[in-house]
Amino acid sequence: MSIKNAAAIVGVGDVELEKGKVKDGQSVLQIQAIAAKRALEDAGLTKDDVDGIFVAGLWGLPGVGSFPSVILSEYLGIQPRYTDSTQIGGSAFEAHVGHAAAAIQAGLCEVALILYGSTQRSEKSRSLAGRPPVLTAQYETPFGLPSPAGSYAMAANRHMHQYGTKPEHLAEIAVATRKWAQLNPQATLRDPLSIDDVLNSPMITDPLHLLDCCLVTDGAGALVIVSAERAKDCRKKPVWVLGQGESHSHWSIQAMPDLTVTSAAQSGKTAFEMAGVTHDEIDVVQIYDSFTITVLLTLESLGFCKPGEGGDFISNQRTAPGGDFPMNTNGGGLSYAHPGMYGIFLLIEAVRQLRGECGERQVKDAKISLVNGTGGTLSSTSVVILGRD
Amino acid sequence: MAELKKPLPIPDGDSHVFWQGCKENKLLIQKCNDCSKHIFYPRILCPHCFSEKVEWVESTGKGKIYSYTIARRGGGPAFKDDAPYAVALIELDEGVRMFSNIINIDVEKVKCDLPVEVVFEEQEDFILPKFQPIFN
Repeated sequence: MSIKNAAAIVGVGDVELEKGKVKDGQSVLQIQAIAAKRALEDAGLTKDDVDGIFVAGLWGLPGVGSFPSVILSEYLGIQPRYTDSTQIGGSAFEAHVGHAAAAIQAGLCEVALILYGSTQRSEKSRSLAGRPPVLTAQYETPFGLPSPAGSYAMAANRHMHQYGTKPEHLAEIAVATRKWAQLNPQATLRDPLSIDDVLNSPMITDPLHLLDCCLVTDGAGALVIVSAERAKDCRKKPVWVLGQGESHSHWSIQAMPDLTVTSAAQSGKTAFEMAGVTHDEIDVVQIYDSFTITVLLTLESLGFCKPGEGGDFISNQRTAPGGDFPMNTNGGGLSYAHPGMYGIFLLIEAVRQLRGECGERQVKDAKISLVNGTGGTLSSTSVVILGRD
Repeated sequence: MAELKKPLPIPDGDSHVFWQGCKENKLLIQKCNDCSKHIFYPRILCPHCFSEKVEWVESTGKGKIYSYTIARRGGGPAFKDDAPYAVALIELDEGVRMFSNIINIDVEKVKCDLPVEVVFEEQEDFILPKFQPIFN
């Protein structure tokens, strides 16, 4: 069973940030409401058209359960007939796209709204501390592993050990991504960046430097996905869901079968087969860049290059503006924004690229885009392949 | 200023035998009596074949570093004063991996595949399994 062409993304919305923070101390509910309204206006639809709601949040009311999807629906005045709060970390939104397309194909809803928001930067709620040492975290937290960076660092060290990958390779990714950010007025960091700048930035957890790590910002995003029938009447041209796959291989990095291969090997295969496209047909890619190593492992796991060849693949600024492999064209989690879970912003950028709305950073004639989300500690992945008519 | 306490394991139905083993300087892992595979962390059933015939066995406590990182800032405020320190995934000779710290070594010399052995270290009322290089 395939969901190919069953549904299209017709609306996207986000909010402006100032130095990585939302304006005027806005709350996590306010920014999601603004993003939702913008996405619906983008689509030429109203709140009353929405009959499916998809929310994964890190926020919630203190107490039993967190219920972000239910709380947010109440705040927006939406009573859905289809509801999905799949929470698998930063890849949740790519999973939501697949789930929404499947629900639409099954006739369970027609207009799906996917939402995310975070005010983690304003709240100063992030640190490198691990989770409380209960259940499976009792075998991890007592040893002081920086969370989550330390797990990604372990994957990087293993890749370097097995394949001879260098810190310079990882720095290439940060530098190329910054060049895209310099073309995006909404990006948080836009100053020029060199390989040496990355290598000379403070070491956080070997071999990851500060500039190998994503930003910690606020942010909110929204997507509207509708049936093929409803897409005909929308304001913007449809961006079709051609394929989607999802998987998770572990929670703790201790249980990751091979630290150099993510479950994108599976979720990507599913998405490519469903879409019926080849790697060569992808015009622009959006790869989750929680850390530089995340990108390198994902490119290999997706099959853009062979295992161990990721370093060579991204060398010589191949993924930068003007390179032959345009990637993370909004400036990514490394330089644009990273509000805790970033997956929805990869999708928003892919849609804008396929619509030709990206101004200076527009990839010429982009017709097909691959979006990969990664969550947890390389734990979950979901891949979406999008295309325009 | 009160010293920040490091997080200590909160034992449960899966783990109390493991932590008690550490108190007796034994590194206990599980073995499945149906598929013969070793298991860590401890579980009520085998994640390989779903058998409930899992039993505790004592590990040799020897293995090698599968991967590692050097925490330069510490994993939260309680670990800040210890930085830099090494956190590693140790692959035991039985084939399972576990987190620990590599001690009794210059952290700059920690590397993948380094042979290590368990050494039990007291922390408040707990005994944590740490690992040190095997010196020939």
